[in-house]
Amino acid sequence: MSMILGVPAAVLFGQLLLGIINGAFYALLSLGLAVIFGLLKIINFAHGAMYMLGAMVTVLMFDAMGINYWVALFLAPLVVGCFGMLIEYFLLRRIAGQDHIYSLLLTFGVALMIQGILTNIFGVSGLRYSMPEIFQGGFKLDFMFLPYYRAWVIFVALLVCFGTWFMIEKTKLGSYLRAGTEDAQLMQGFGINVPLLISLTYGFGVMIAAFAGVLAAPIYSVNPVMGSNILIVVFAVVVIGGMGSIAGAIITGLLMGVIEGFTKVFYPEFSSAVIFLVMVVVLLIRPSGLFGKEA
Amino acid sequence: MDHPVNQTDIQQAMLDQQKADHRRKHLLNLVLLVLLLIAPAVIYPVFLMKILCFALFAVAFNLLLGFTGLLSFGHAAFLATGSYTTGYLLSNYSGLTTEMGIIVGTAAATVLGVLFALVAIRRQGIYFAMITLALAQLVYFMFVQAPFTGGEDGMHGVPRGHLFGFIDLENNLAMYYFVLAVFLGGYLLVQRVVGSPFGQVLKAIKQNEPRAVSLGYNVNQYKILAFVMSAGLAGLAGSVKTVVFQLASLNDAHWHMSGEVILMTLLGGTGTLLGPVVGATFVVNLEYQLSQGPLGDWVDPILGAIFVLTVIAFRSGIVGEIQKFVQKNMG
Repeated sequence: MSMILGVPAAVLFGQLLLGIINGAFYALLSLGLAVIFGLLKIINFAHGAMYMLGAMVTVLMFDAMGINYWVALFLAPLVVGCFGMLIEYFLLRRIAGQDHIYSLLLTFGVALMIQGILTNIFGVSGLRYSMPEIFQGGFKLDFMFLPYYRAWVIFVALLVCFGTWFMIEKTKLGSYLRAGTEDAQLMQGFGINVPLLISLTYGFGVMIAAFAGVLAAPIYSVNPVMGSNILIVVFAVVVIGGMGSIAGAIITGLLMGVIEGFTKVFYPEFSSAVIFLVMVVVLLIRPSGLFGKEA
Repeated sequence: MDHPVNQTDIQQAMLDQQKADHRRKHLLNLVLLVLLLIAPAVIYPVFLMKILCFALFAVAFNLLLGFTGLLSFGHAAFLATGSYTTGYLLSNYSGLTTEMGIIVGTAAATVLGVLFALVAIRRQGIYFAMITLALAQLVYFMFVQAPFTGGEDGMHGVPRGHLFGFIDLENNLAMYYFVLAVFLGGYLLVQRVVGSPFGQVLKAIKQNEPRAVSLGYNVNQYKILAFVMSAGLAGLAGSVKTVVFQLASLNDAHWHMSGEVILMTLLGGTGTLLGPVVGATFVVNLEYQLSQGPLGDWVDPILGAIFVLTVIAFRSGIVGEIQKFVQKNMG
């Protein structure tokens, strides 16, 4: 077996693949955070809980009603997105215009509630969700084995990331969004329902998180606390990328997944901390993040 | 020409009012002090000590959030650093007096505070919050991996030892009065700092940072100093907590702890001296009461709900709302 940098190639590529998969999840989650923060200036501490809800809803819909993976891929984000819009409507709207810190604290409380309630109902041990039949097996490449499902996750995550970036940065709807959050009064004057726009934006960000949750259901353990630790990593990713930068969130997410994967090969004890270290180094050099504008 | 006379009258009246306010405050403080001194006769001392440790932690945190306007989401790191350092020293060096262990623990947290401040001070608002959160997470992983911390299990059986080499702290009452003294020291220090010219600058930074900059203050220096002081006091709280419970655990380092101290401060009233103390008392009590009853599993959701309610409905917290009420109704 060939060796690269003193490590068997299969091990290296295996970890690299895992890194890219994790990176895809980081990218999806930090993308949603960046959309919500960039447009609404809300720091959504409930984002991890929404990701978790996406996965939980998928499993529960399957157990209760036999709703399959493909339907869940659309339905679960929709359900969770609506739930997010309710939170925006009943809670977040009341602190609009206040110091951004309050949005962080409010959503932190919301996350505690959602997580705590689900923990009481389902426990933390995790629910089982089996892979759809079609994803059994994988590609046999020269240097490694690539399971179909993992390839699918990478493909669809990149698709969603690119689609979101395109929609917000390049389409008319996106420019409405950016304008509506920039100068609400003016947009209101043009006859655009800005409060609805804000609700929809929050709901959309939440939907991306829930979508990531559905993707995660077949490969990760589904339980009420699955979102809480990944959230902190994703926050670091967003800080590294530059808060509010959508492209920055996507690229940094993937990059951090890969860096984490490499660290697992060469210095495994350090792998869960490496992203935070990268953050410190980046901040010392570029305080506004890799892709952030100087604030 | 009675106009100037009127002016002086008004000034005199304001001075009288201020004096009356001061007297009221002193009286309140005195009553609280007496209550704290006799409390262990009525309430289990260990429980009281737990409240005092968290109250000190919240007071330290509030120096930053309430008076400087910096939301740190990583204060658990300082609590834990104080906690682990003191725990390690007292467990491994039997010749060491307890206060030496606590002093070194506090110093370690202070040094960590300098490091955090130098990285985080470059950004403001939520950026600052997220950076401190991530830094604290780095510290958390260090404590998980480091060989001396006992990993997931933490450190158990830390001896309480002897204060100054001769006061046996195994006695709960002796321990209580020591913790009370430490708490009062920390509280008075913060009170002194907040009331000093230095504290005035901190408040100015909180209210309008660009203006403070344009007035010629080296804002970053002030912020760093406030941060380091807050970190040190949080470390002190952790050190003392370890001695009280003879245990240092990963719970102290987890980001949930950083969230909890925010809740305590916010709920009690940010920017008030007594607020964090009231908040800590409330939260520790609530957690204890809930854990005794059938709602034991519902601590997190209930804390979450309180968080939401506080942010939406009464942002000035318990003490802040009372102050508002008093001001409105008693002139």
